[in-house]
Amino acid sequence: MRIFLEQMINGLTIGSFYALIALGYSMVYGVMKLINFAHGDLFALGSYLGFTLLVWGNAYVTTNFGLAGGMIAAMLIAAIGIGMAGILVERIAYRPIYPAGRLPAVVSALGVSIFLENMIMVIWGPRYQAYPVNVVPTVRFEIGGIHITLLQIIILILSFILLAFLYYIIQKTTFGAAIRASALDRDTAALMGININTVIFFIFALGPALGGTAGVMVGMYYRQISFTMGWNYGLKAFTATILGGIGNIPGAMVGGLLLGIFEMLGSAYISTAYKDVFVFLILILVLIFRPRGLLGEKIAEKV
Amino acid sequence: MSALLKINNLHIFYGSIEALKGISLEVNEGEIVTVLGANGAGKSTLLRAISGLLPIKKGKIEFEEKELNNVPAFEIVMRGISHVPEGRKVFATLTVEENLNLGAFTDRKNAKLVSERKERVYNLFPILEKRKNQLSGTLSGGEQQMLAIGRGLMSNPRMLLLDEPSLGLAPLLVKQIFKIIYEINSQGIAILLVEQNARKALGIAHRGYILETGNISISGLSPELKNNKKVQEAYLGGAALKKIK
Repeated sequence: MRIFLEQMINGLTIGSFYALIALGYSMVYGVMKLINFAHGDLFALGSYLGFTLLVWGNAYVTTNFGLAGGMIAAMLIAAIGIGMAGILVERIAYRPIYPAGRLPAVVSALGVSIFLENMIMVIWGPRYQAYPVNVVPTVRFEIGGIHITLLQIIILILSFILLAFLYYIIQKTTFGAAIRASALDRDTAALMGININTVIFFIFALGPALGGTAGVMVGMYYRQISFTMGWNYGLKAFTATILGGIGNIPGAMVGGLLLGIFEMLGSAYISTAYKDVFVFLILILVLIFRPRGLLGEKIAEKV
Repeated sequence: MSALLKINNLHIFYGSIEALKGISLEVNEGEIVTVLGANGAGKSTLLRAISGLLPIKKGKIEFEEKELNNVPAFEIVMRGISHVPEGRKVFATLTVEENLNLGAFTDRKNAKLVSERKERVYNLFPILEKRKNQLSGTLSGGEQQMLAIGRGLMSNPRMLLLDEPSLGLAPLLVKQIFKIIYEINSQGIAILLVEQNARKALGIAHRGYILETGNISISGLSPELKNNKKVQEAYLGGAALKKIK
Protein backbone atom coordinates (compact mmCIF):
# COMPACT_ATOMS: atom_id res chain seq x y z
CA MET A 1 0.00 0.00 0.00
CA ARG A 2 2.80 2.42 0.84
CA ILE A 3 4.54 1.71 -2.44
CA PHE A 4 1.26 2.09 -4.25
CA LEU A 5 0.55 5.50 -2.75
CA GLU A 6 4.08 6.71 -3.30
CA GLN A 7 3.93 5.61 -6.91
CA MET A 8 0.62 7.40 -7.25
CA ILE A 9 2.29 10.62 -6.10
CA ASN A 10 5.20 10.05 -8.48
CA GLY A 11 2.70 9.27 -11.22
CA LEU A 12 0.69 12.41 -10.56
CA THR A 13 3.88 14.46 -10.64
CA ILE A 14 5.03 13.29 -14.04
CA GLY A 15 1.40 13.08 -15.12
CA SER A 16 1.06 16.80 -14.51
CA PHE A 17 4.03 17.38 -16.85
CA TYR A 18 2.27 15.35 -19.53
CA ALA A 19 -1.01 17.16 -18.88
CA LEU A 20 0.58 20.60 -19.20
CA ILE A 21 2.25 19.63 -22.48
CA ALA A 22 -0.81 17.77 -23.76
CA LEU A 23 -2.94 20.90 -23.51
CA GLY A 24 -0.84 22.55 -26.21
CA TYR A 25 -1.36 19.65 -28.60
CA SER A 26 -5.04 19.51 -27.86
CA MET A 27 -5.79 23.22 -28.23
CA VAL A 28 -3.90 23.50 -31.50
CA TYR A 29 -5.44 20.34 -32.89
CA GLY A 30 -8.91 21.42 -31.83
CA VAL A 31 -8.81 24.72 -33.66
CA MET A 32 -6.35 24.07 -36.49
CA LYS A 33 -6.77 20.29 -37.01
CA LEU A 34 -2.98 20.32 -37.01
CA ILE A 35 -0.73 18.09 -34.91
CA ASN A 36 1.92 20.53 -33.83
CA PHE A 37 4.91 18.19 -33.74
CA ALA A 38 7.11 21.14 -32.82
CA HIS A 39 5.33 21.43 -29.49
CA GLY A 40 7.54 18.88 -27.71
CA ASP A 41 10.65 20.75 -28.80
CA LEU A 42 9.20 24.04 -27.64
CA PHE A 43 8.83 22.34 -24.27
CA ALA A 44 12.51 21.32 -24.43
CA LEU A 45 13.49 24.85 -25.38
CA GLY A 46 11.61 26.06 -22.29
CA SER A 47 13.58 23.66 -20.17
CA TYR A 48 16.86 25.03 -21.57
CA LEU A 49 15.76 28.64 -21.15
CA GLY A 50 15.02 27.94 -17.49
CA PHE A 51 18.33 26.13 -17.19
CA THR A 52 20.23 29.09 -18.60
CA LEU A 53 18.54 31.51 -16.26
CA LEU A 54 19.15 29.34 -13.22
CA VAL A 55 22.79 28.80 -14.10
CA TRP A 56 23.73 32.30 -15.22
CA GLY A 57 21.32 34.37 -13.24
CA ASN A 58 20.88 32.18 -10.23
CA ALA A 59 23.34 34.01 -7.97
CA TYR A 60 21.78 37.37 -8.79
CA VAL A 61 18.16 36.27 -8.61
CA THR A 62 18.43 34.17 -5.47
CA THR A 63 20.34 36.81 -3.53
CA ASN A 64 17.70 39.38 -4.43
CA PHE A 65 14.52 37.36 -4.50
CA GLY A 66 15.34 34.19 -2.62
CA LEU A 67 15.13 30.60 -3.81
CA ALA A 68 11.46 30.82 -4.62
CA GLY A 69 12.15 33.94 -6.67
CA GLY A 70 14.71 32.09 -8.76
CA MET A 71 12.29 29.30 -9.48
CA ILE A 72 9.43 31.61 -10.33
CA ALA A 73 11.66 33.77 -12.53
CA ALA A 74 12.83 30.72 -14.46
CA MET A 75 9.27 29.56 -15.04
CA LEU A 76 8.02 32.98 -16.02
CA ILE A 77 10.83 33.54 -18.47
CA ALA A 78 10.32 30.08 -19.95
CA ALA A 79 6.58 30.71 -20.22
CA ILE A 80 6.91 34.11 -21.88
CA GLY A 81 9.83 33.11 -24.10
CA ILE A 82 8.20 29.90 -25.29
CA GLY A 83 4.85 31.62 -25.73
CA MET A 84 6.55 34.04 -28.11
CA ALA A 85 8.39 31.18 -29.80
CA GLY A 86 5.04 29.43 -30.34
CA ILE A 87 3.60 32.49 -32.06
CA LEU A 88 6.73 32.81 -34.17
CA VAL A 89 6.54 29.16 -35.26
CA GLU A 90 2.92 29.63 -36.30
CA ARG A 91 3.69 32.79 -38.29
CA ILE A 92 6.78 31.45 -40.03
CA ALA A 93 6.14 27.77 -40.53
CA TYR A 94 2.35 27.23 -40.56
CA ARG A 95 0.47 30.32 -41.63
CA PRO A 96 1.99 30.62 -45.12
CA ILE A 97 1.02 27.03 -45.98
CA TYR A 98 -2.52 26.77 -44.55
CA PRO A 99 -4.00 27.25 -48.02
CA ALA A 100 -2.11 24.15 -49.18
CA GLY A 101 -4.12 21.93 -46.82
CA ARG A 102 -3.54 19.99 -43.64
CA LEU A 103 -0.85 17.53 -44.65
CA PRO A 104 1.80 20.08 -45.72
CA ALA A 105 1.36 21.83 -42.37
CA VAL A 106 2.04 18.56 -40.53
CA VAL A 107 5.19 18.06 -42.59
CA SER A 108 6.20 21.61 -41.79
CA ALA A 109 5.60 20.90 -38.10
CA LEU A 110 7.98 17.93 -38.31
CA GLY A 111 10.50 20.21 -39.97
CA VAL A 112 10.23 22.76 -37.17
CA SER A 113 10.65 19.96 -34.65
CA ILE A 114 13.91 18.82 -36.25
CA PHE A 115 15.08 22.41 -36.57
CA LEU A 116 14.42 23.23 -32.91
CA GLU A 117 16.02 20.04 -31.67
CA ASN A 118 19.18 20.79 -33.62
CA MET A 119 19.13 24.43 -32.62
CA ILE A 120 19.12 23.39 -28.96
CA MET A 121 22.01 21.02 -29.65
CA VAL A 122 24.03 23.76 -31.37
CA ILE A 123 23.41 26.33 -28.65
CA TRP A 124 23.68 24.18 -25.51
CA GLY A 125 25.68 21.25 -26.82
CA PRO A 126 24.89 17.58 -27.31
CA ARG A 127 25.78 16.52 -23.75
CA TYR A 128 23.32 16.29 -20.88
CA GLN A 129 23.01 19.49 -18.91
CA ALA A 130 22.29 19.48 -15.20
CA TYR A 131 19.93 21.84 -13.43
CA PRO A 132 21.46 23.40 -10.29
CA VAL A 133 20.72 21.50 -7.07
CA ASN A 134 19.82 24.38 -4.87
CA VAL A 135 16.72 25.66 -6.67
CA VAL A 136 14.39 23.95 -4.26
CA PRO A 137 15.83 22.64 -0.97
CA THR A 138 15.79 18.85 -0.92
CA VAL A 139 13.35 18.44 1.91
CA ARG A 140 11.41 15.22 2.33
CA PHE A 141 8.22 14.91 4.28
CA GLU A 142 6.76 11.78 5.71
CA ILE A 143 3.02 11.63 5.97
CA GLY A 144 1.68 8.34 7.35
CA GLY A 145 4.76 6.50 6.14
CA ILE A 146 4.54 7.99 2.64
CA HIS A 147 7.49 10.00 1.43
CA ILE A 148 6.91 13.15 -0.57
CA THR A 149 9.46 15.81 -1.41
CA LEU A 150 8.97 19.55 -1.16
CA LEU A 151 9.65 19.79 -4.88
CA GLN A 152 6.87 17.33 -5.63
CA ILE A 153 4.47 19.34 -3.52
CA ILE A 154 5.45 22.54 -5.30
CA ILE A 155 5.10 20.92 -8.73
CA LEU A 156 1.72 19.39 -7.90
CA ILE A 157 0.32 22.65 -6.52
CA LEU A 158 1.66 24.77 -9.38
CA SER A 159 0.43 22.37 -12.04
CA PHE A 160 -2.95 22.19 -10.38
CA ILE A 161 -3.21 25.98 -10.38
CA LEU A 162 -2.20 26.19 -14.04
CA LEU A 163 -4.59 23.42 -15.09
CA ALA A 164 -7.45 24.98 -13.13
CA PHE A 165 -6.67 28.38 -14.65
CA LEU A 166 -6.74 26.99 -18.17
CA TYR A 167 -9.86 24.95 -17.49
CA TYR A 168 -11.58 28.08 -16.26
CA ILE A 169 -10.60 30.11 -19.32
CA ILE A 170 -11.60 27.47 -21.84
CA GLN A 171 -14.74 26.10 -20.20
CA LYS A 172 -16.17 29.03 -18.27
CA THR A 173 -15.47 32.26 -20.12
CA THR A 174 -17.06 33.54 -23.31
CA PHE A 175 -13.64 33.80 -24.90
CA GLY A 176 -13.11 30.13 -24.09
CA ALA A 177 -16.46 29.32 -25.65
CA ALA A 178 -15.26 31.25 -28.71
CA ILE A 179 -12.19 29.01 -28.90
CA ARG A 180 -14.36 25.89 -28.67
CA ALA A 181 -16.76 27.33 -31.25
CA SER A 182 -13.90 28.09 -33.64
CA ALA A 183 -12.79 24.48 -33.29
CA LEU A 184 -16.28 23.27 -34.24
CA ASP A 185 -17.14 25.59 -37.12
CA ARG A 186 -14.88 28.43 -38.15
CA ASP A 187 -17.29 30.13 -40.55
CA THR A 188 -20.14 30.26 -38.09
CA ALA A 189 -17.73 31.46 -35.40
CA ALA A 190 -16.79 34.34 -37.70
CA LEU A 191 -20.48 35.21 -38.04
CA MET A 192 -20.51 35.69 -34.25
CA GLY A 193 -17.77 38.30 -34.60
CA ILE A 194 -14.96 35.99 -33.50
CA ASN A 195 -11.66 36.86 -35.15
CA ILE A 196 -9.99 33.54 -35.87
CA ASN A 197 -6.56 35.16 -35.87
CA THR A 198 -7.00 36.26 -32.27
CA VAL A 199 -7.95 32.70 -31.37
CA ILE A 200 -4.93 31.29 -33.22
CA PHE A 201 -2.63 33.82 -31.56
CA PHE A 202 -4.01 32.86 -28.17
CA ILE A 203 -3.68 29.08 -28.55
CA PHE A 204 -0.19 29.29 -30.03
CA ALA A 205 0.92 31.53 -27.18
CA LEU A 206 -0.78 29.78 -24.29
CA GLY A 207 -0.13 26.15 -25.24
CA PRO A 208 3.65 26.59 -25.63
CA ALA A 209 3.76 28.85 -22.55
CA LEU A 210 2.36 25.99 -20.45
CA GLY A 211 4.75 23.59 -22.18
CA GLY A 212 7.71 25.85 -21.42
CA THR A 213 6.73 26.00 -17.76
CA ALA A 214 6.51 22.23 -17.71
CA GLY A 215 10.01 22.20 -19.21
CA VAL A 216 11.40 24.04 -16.19
CA MET A 217 9.51 21.72 -13.83
CA VAL A 218 10.94 18.65 -15.56
CA GLY A 219 14.42 20.16 -15.32
CA MET A 220 14.03 20.75 -11.62
CA TYR A 221 12.51 17.33 -11.02
CA TYR A 222 14.94 15.14 -12.95
CA ARG A 223 17.78 17.70 -12.89
CA GLN A 224 19.09 16.29 -16.15
CA ILE A 225 18.02 17.61 -19.53
CA SER A 226 19.05 16.76 -23.05
CA PHE A 227 18.29 18.17 -26.47
CA THR A 228 16.30 15.06 -27.40
CA MET A 229 13.90 15.39 -24.47
CA GLY A 230 11.33 17.22 -26.61
CA TRP A 231 10.70 14.19 -28.76
CA ASN A 232 10.38 11.81 -25.82
CA TYR A 233 8.04 13.97 -23.71
CA GLY A 234 6.24 15.25 -26.77
CA LEU A 235 5.33 11.74 -27.85
CA LYS A 236 4.07 10.81 -24.38
CA ALA A 237 2.08 14.00 -24.03
CA PHE A 238 0.65 13.37 -27.46
CA THR A 239 -0.37 9.90 -26.27
CA ALA A 240 -2.03 11.56 -23.29
CA THR A 241 -3.92 13.82 -25.69
CA ILE A 242 -5.19 10.82 -27.64
CA LEU A 243 -6.04 9.01 -24.40
CA GLY A 244 -8.21 11.88 -23.19
CA GLY A 245 -9.70 12.66 -26.58
CA ILE A 246 -7.85 15.00 -28.90
CA GLY A 247 -9.25 18.50 -29.05
CA ASN A 248 -10.86 18.07 -25.66
CA ILE A 249 -9.31 20.27 -22.96
CA PRO A 250 -10.44 18.40 -19.83
CA GLY A 251 -9.54 15.22 -21.72
CA ALA A 252 -5.94 16.34 -22.16
CA MET A 253 -5.66 16.99 -18.43
CA VAL A 254 -7.18 13.67 -17.39
CA GLY A 255 -5.21 11.83 -20.08
CA GLY A 256 -1.92 13.31 -18.90
CA LEU A 257 -2.48 12.50 -15.25
CA LEU A 258 -3.68 8.96 -16.01
CA LEU A 259 -0.72 8.31 -18.28
CA GLY A 260 1.72 9.41 -15.58
CA ILE A 261 0.06 7.10 -13.07
CA PHE A 262 0.05 4.13 -15.49
CA GLU A 263 3.68 4.69 -16.26
CA MET A 264 4.73 4.81 -12.61
CA LEU A 265 2.56 1.89 -11.48
CA GLY A 266 3.78 -0.13 -14.42
CA SER A 267 7.41 0.53 -13.62
CA ALA A 268 6.89 -0.15 -9.91
CA TYR A 269 4.99 -3.42 -10.21
CA ILE A 270 6.24 -4.85 -13.49
CA SER A 271 9.50 -3.42 -14.70
CA THR A 272 11.14 -0.03 -15.02
CA ALA A 273 12.76 -1.10 -18.24
CA TYR A 274 9.36 -1.39 -19.87
CA LYS A 275 7.82 1.84 -18.61
CA ASP A 276 7.65 3.36 -22.09
CA VAL A 277 6.05 0.18 -23.35
CA PHE A 278 3.06 0.68 -21.01
CA VAL A 279 2.57 4.16 -22.34
CA PHE A 280 2.46 3.10 -25.96
CA LEU A 281 0.49 -0.03 -25.18
CA ILE A 282 -2.18 2.27 -23.79
CA LEU A 283 -2.01 4.35 -26.96
CA ILE A 284 -2.59 1.24 -29.07
CA LEU A 285 -5.45 0.01 -26.87
CA VAL A 286 -7.17 3.38 -26.95
CA LEU A 287 -6.82 3.58 -30.70
CA ILE A 288 -8.35 0.12 -31.06
CA PHE A 289 -11.18 0.30 -28.53
CA ARG A 290 -11.96 3.95 -28.08
CA PRO A 291 -10.48 6.02 -30.90
CA ARG A 292 -12.25 9.14 -29.70
CA GLY A 293 -10.45 8.96 -26.37
CA LEU A 294 -11.88 8.75 -22.87
CA LEU A 295 -13.69 12.09 -22.89
CA GLY A 296 -13.97 12.51 -26.64
CA GLU A 297 -17.69 11.90 -26.76
CA LYS A 298 -19.14 13.23 -29.94
CA ILE A 299 -22.63 14.60 -30.13
CA ALA A 300 -24.22 14.29 -33.51
CA GLU A 301 -25.45 17.53 -34.97
CA LYS A 302 -29.07 17.35 -35.95
CA VAL A 303 -29.89 18.45 -39.44
CA MET B 1 -37.65 54.91 -46.65
CA SER B 2 -33.95 54.75 -47.28
CA ALA B 3 -32.09 51.67 -48.41
CA LEU B 4 -30.41 49.93 -45.49
CA LEU B 5 -28.68 47.33 -47.62
CA LYS B 6 -27.82 48.06 -51.19
CA ILE B 7 -26.27 45.50 -53.51
CA ASN B 8 -25.10 46.56 -56.93
CA ASN B 9 -24.06 44.22 -59.75
CA LEU B 10 -22.62 41.55 -57.44
CA HIS B 11 -20.51 38.76 -58.96
CA ILE B 12 -19.34 35.83 -56.86
CA PHE B 13 -17.13 33.01 -58.08
CA TYR B 14 -16.31 29.58 -56.69
CA GLY B 15 -13.04 28.96 -58.49
CA SER B 16 -13.95 29.51 -62.11
CA ILE B 17 -17.66 28.89 -61.60
CA GLU B 18 -19.75 32.00 -61.42
CA ALA B 19 -22.40 31.55 -58.71
CA LEU B 20 -23.85 35.07 -58.79
CA LYS B 21 -23.84 36.79 -62.16
CA GLY B 22 -24.30 40.42 -61.38
CA ILE B 23 -27.28 40.78 -59.08
CA SER B 24 -28.63 43.97 -57.58
CA LEU B 25 -31.08 44.25 -54.71
CA GLU B 26 -32.07 46.51 -51.88
CA VAL B 27 -33.48 46.08 -48.42
CA ASN B 28 -35.06 49.13 -46.86
CA GLU B 29 -35.25 49.90 -43.20
CA GLY B 30 -37.89 47.89 -41.39
CA GLU B 31 -38.62 45.67 -44.38
CA ILE B 32 -38.89 41.94 -44.81
CA VAL B 33 -37.44 41.04 -48.17
CA THR B 34 -37.39 37.48 -49.39
CA VAL B 35 -35.15 35.86 -51.96
CA LEU B 36 -36.74 32.79 -53.51
CA GLY B 37 -35.21 30.23 -55.76
CA ALA B 38 -34.48 26.59 -56.33
CA ASN B 39 -31.56 24.66 -54.87
CA GLY B 40 -28.29 25.94 -56.31
CA ALA B 41 -29.73 29.23 -57.51
CA GLY B 42 -27.24 31.10 -55.35
CA LYS B 43 -29.41 32.12 -52.41
CA SER B 44 -26.99 31.05 -49.68
CA THR B 45 -24.10 32.41 -51.71
CA LEU B 46 -25.76 35.81 -51.62
CA LEU B 47 -26.08 35.78 -47.83
CA ARG B 48 -22.54 34.45 -47.37
CA ALA B 49 -21.24 37.24 -49.58
CA ILE B 50 -23.06 39.89 -47.57
CA SER B 51 -21.65 38.61 -44.30
CA GLY B 52 -18.11 38.50 -45.63
CA LEU B 53 -17.62 34.73 -45.84
CA LEU B 54 -17.00 34.87 -49.60
CA PRO B 55 -14.66 37.17 -51.51
CA ILE B 56 -16.38 39.67 -53.76
CA LYS B 57 -14.99 39.64 -57.26
CA LYS B 58 -17.02 42.43 -58.76
CA GLY B 59 -19.83 44.68 -57.64
CA LYS B 60 -20.57 46.49 -54.44
CA ILE B 61 -22.38 45.82 -51.17
CA GLU B 62 -23.31 48.80 -49.03
CA PHE B 63 -24.91 48.83 -45.60
CA GLU B 64 -26.05 52.12 -44.13
CA GLU B 65 -24.20 53.79 -47.01
CA LYS B 66 -20.88 52.23 -46.00
CA GLU B 67 -19.14 49.76 -48.26
CA LEU B 68 -18.95 46.18 -46.98
CA ASN B 69 -16.63 44.81 -49.67
CA ASN B 70 -13.41 43.52 -48.07
CA VAL B 71 -14.75 43.90 -44.54
CA PRO B 72 -13.84 40.59 -42.84
CA ALA B 73 -16.72 38.42 -41.67
CA PHE B 74 -16.03 38.95 -37.97
CA GLU B 75 -16.44 42.71 -38.40
CA ILE B 76 -19.69 42.54 -40.34
CA VAL B 77 -21.61 41.64 -37.21
CA MET B 78 -20.34 44.81 -35.53
CA ARG B 79 -21.80 46.82 -38.41
CA GLY B 80 -25.26 45.59 -37.43
CA ILE B 81 -25.83 42.59 -39.68
CA SER B 82 -26.49 39.20 -38.14
CA HIS B 83 -26.49 36.04 -40.24
CA VAL B 84 -28.44 32.94 -39.18
CA PRO B 85 -26.86 30.31 -41.43
CA GLU B 86 -28.50 27.50 -43.32
CA GLY B 87 -28.86 24.30 -41.31
CA ARG B 88 -28.86 26.31 -38.02
CA LYS B 89 -25.16 25.64 -37.33
CA VAL B 90 -25.52 25.80 -33.57
CA PHE B 91 -22.31 24.89 -31.74
CA ALA B 92 -23.38 21.37 -30.81
CA THR B 93 -21.02 20.68 -27.91
CA LEU B 94 -21.66 24.05 -26.31
CA THR B 95 -24.62 24.69 -24.06
CA VAL B 96 -27.61 26.72 -25.18
CA GLU B 97 -26.53 29.59 -22.98
CA GLU B 98 -22.96 29.51 -24.30
CA ASN B 99 -24.33 29.66 -27.84
CA LEU B 100 -26.35 32.73 -26.93
CA ASN B 101 -23.37 34.34 -25.22
CA LEU B 102 -21.35 33.87 -28.39
CA GLY B 103 -24.06 35.67 -30.32
CA ALA B 104 -23.11 38.72 -28.28
CA PHE B 105 -19.39 37.97 -28.48
CA THR B 106 -18.40 41.48 -29.56
CA ASP B 107 -20.18 42.93 -26.51
CA ARG B 108 -18.93 40.25 -24.10
CA LYS B 109 -17.26 42.79 -21.80
CA ASN B 110 -20.65 44.29 -20.98
CA ALA B 111 -22.23 41.57 -18.85
CA LYS B 112 -25.36 43.60 -18.11
CA LEU B 113 -26.08 44.21 -21.78
CA VAL B 114 -25.57 40.53 -22.57
CA SER B 115 -27.94 39.34 -19.87
CA GLU B 116 -30.58 41.91 -20.92
CA ARG B 117 -30.46 40.63 -24.47
CA LYS B 118 -30.57 37.06 -23.26
CA GLU B 119 -33.72 37.92 -21.31
CA ARG B 120 -35.25 39.24 -24.52
CA VAL B 121 -34.38 36.07 -26.40
CA TYR B 122 -35.82 33.94 -23.58
CA ASN B 123 -39.03 35.96 -23.77
CA LEU B 124 -39.25 35.26 -27.47
CA PHE B 125 -38.33 31.57 -27.07
CA PRO B 126 -39.22 30.44 -23.53
CA ILE B 127 -38.12 26.87 -24.31
CA LEU B 128 -34.51 28.07 -24.62
CA GLU B 129 -34.49 29.27 -21.03
CA LYS B 130 -35.66 25.86 -19.88
CA ARG B 131 -32.87 24.24 -21.88
CA LYS B 132 -30.15 26.79 -21.22
CA ASN B 133 -27.72 24.36 -19.56
CA GLN B 134 -28.28 21.60 -22.11
CA LEU B 135 -25.79 20.94 -24.91
CA SER B 136 -27.31 22.46 -28.01
CA GLY B 137 -26.62 19.33 -30.06
CA THR B 138 -29.24 17.54 -27.97
CA LEU B 139 -32.04 19.96 -28.92
CA SER B 140 -34.71 19.09 -31.46
CA GLY B 141 -34.52 20.59 -34.93
CA GLY B 142 -37.10 23.26 -34.15
CA GLU B 143 -35.39 24.20 -30.89
CA GLN B 144 -32.07 24.44 -32.70
CA GLN B 145 -33.62 26.82 -35.21
CA MET B 146 -34.96 28.92 -32.37
CA LEU B 147 -31.51 28.93 -30.80
CA ALA B 148 -29.91 29.94 -34.10
CA ILE B 149 -32.33 32.84 -34.49
CA GLY B 150 -31.97 33.80 -30.83
CA ARG B 151 -28.20 33.72 -31.15
CA GLY B 152 -28.50 35.95 -34.21
CA LEU B 153 -30.49 38.47 -32.19
CA MET B 154 -27.92 38.60 -29.39
CA SER B 155 -25.76 41.08 -31.31
CA ASN B 156 -28.71 43.47 -31.39
CA PRO B 157 -28.62 43.70 -35.19
CA ARG B 158 -30.30 46.25 -37.45
CA MET B 159 -30.71 43.56 -40.03
CA LEU B 160 -31.09 39.80 -39.84
CA LEU B 161 -30.09 37.46 -42.65
CA LEU B 162 -32.12 34.26 -42.41
CA ASP B 163 -31.11 31.29 -44.52
CA GLU B 164 -33.93 28.75 -44.91
CA PRO B 165 -35.28 28.88 -41.36
CA SER B 166 -38.05 26.42 -42.26
CA LEU B 167 -35.68 23.75 -43.57
CA GLY B 168 -36.62 20.29 -42.32
CA LEU B 169 -39.21 21.47 -39.82
CA ALA B 170 -42.73 20.15 -39.28
CA PRO B 171 -45.51 22.41 -40.66
CA LEU B 172 -46.64 23.52 -37.21
CA LEU B 173 -43.12 24.59 -36.30
CA VAL B 174 -42.70 26.36 -39.63
CA LYS B 175 -45.79 28.38 -38.82
CA GLN B 176 -44.40 29.25 -35.41
CA ILE B 177 -40.99 30.27 -36.79
CA PHE B 178 -42.59 32.53 -39.40
CA LYS B 179 -44.75 34.12 -36.73
CA ILE B 180 -41.62 34.90 -34.74
CA ILE B 181 -39.85 36.31 -37.80
CA TYR B 182 -42.80 38.64 -38.23
CA GLU B 183 -42.57 39.60 -34.55
CA ILE B 184 -38.84 40.32 -34.79
CA ASN B 185 -39.48 42.50 -37.82
CA SER B 186 -42.17 44.45 -35.99
CA GLN B 187 -39.50 45.42 -33.46
CA GLY B 188 -37.79 47.34 -36.27
CA ILE B 189 -35.25 44.80 -37.47
CA ALA B 190 -35.00 44.51 -41.23
CA ILE B 191 -34.96 40.95 -42.53
CA LEU B 192 -33.51 39.39 -45.63
CA LEU B 193 -35.12 35.98 -45.82
CA VAL B 194 -33.90 33.24 -48.13
CA GLU B 195 -36.47 30.49 -48.53
CA GLN B 196 -37.61 27.54 -50.57
CA ASN B 197 -41.02 27.72 -48.98
CA ALA B 198 -42.22 30.47 -51.31
CA ARG B 199 -45.81 30.55 -50.13
CA LYS B 200 -44.84 31.13 -46.49
CA ALA B 201 -42.10 33.59 -47.35
CA LEU B 202 -44.31 35.73 -49.61
CA GLY B 203 -46.92 35.55 -46.87
CA ILE B 204 -44.83 37.68 -44.52
CA ALA B 205 -42.45 39.55 -46.84
CA HIS B 206 -43.06 43.04 -48.16
CA ARG B 207 -41.10 42.41 -51.31
CA GLY B 208 -39.36 39.56 -53.02
CA TYR B 209 -36.76 38.62 -55.58
CA ILE B 210 -36.65 35.45 -57.62
CA LEU B 211 -33.13 34.12 -58.07
CA GLU B 212 -32.51 31.77 -60.99
CA THR B 213 -29.04 30.29 -61.58
CA GLY B 214 -27.22 33.38 -60.41
CA ASN B 215 -29.53 36.01 -61.90
CA ILE B 216 -32.53 37.85 -60.55
CA SER B 217 -35.30 37.03 -62.98
CA ILE B 218 -38.30 38.67 -61.33
CA SER B 219 -38.75 41.12 -58.48
CA GLY B 220 -41.62 43.01 -57.00
CA LEU B 221 -43.99 43.44 -54.07
CA SER B 222 -45.21 40.21 -52.52
CA PRO B 223 -48.80 40.46 -53.83
CA GLU B 224 -47.44 41.06 -57.34
CA LEU B 225 -45.21 38.03 -57.11
CA LYS B 226 -48.01 35.88 -55.76
CA ASN B 227 -50.09 36.77 -58.79
CA ASN B 228 -47.28 36.40 -61.27
CA LYS B 229 -47.92 33.40 -63.55
CA LYS B 230 -44.28 32.39 -63.78
CA VAL B 231 -43.81 32.56 -60.02
CA GLN B 232 -46.97 30.57 -59.45
CA GLU B 233 -45.87 27.86 -61.81
CA ALA B 234 -42.30 27.57 -60.68
CA TYR B 235 -42.50 28.26 -56.94
CA LEU B 236 -46.06 28.08 -55.69
CA GLY B 237 -46.88 24.65 -57.03
CA GLY B 238 -48.84 25.93 -60.03
CA ALA B 239 -47.07 23.66 -62.48
CA ALA B 240 -47.77 20.59 -60.43
CA LEU B 241 -51.43 21.53 -60.15
CA LYS B 242 -51.72 21.95 -63.89
CA LYS B 243 -50.26 18.50 -64.47
CA ILE B 244 -52.77 16.91 -62.12
CA LYS B 245 -55.60 18.65 -63.91
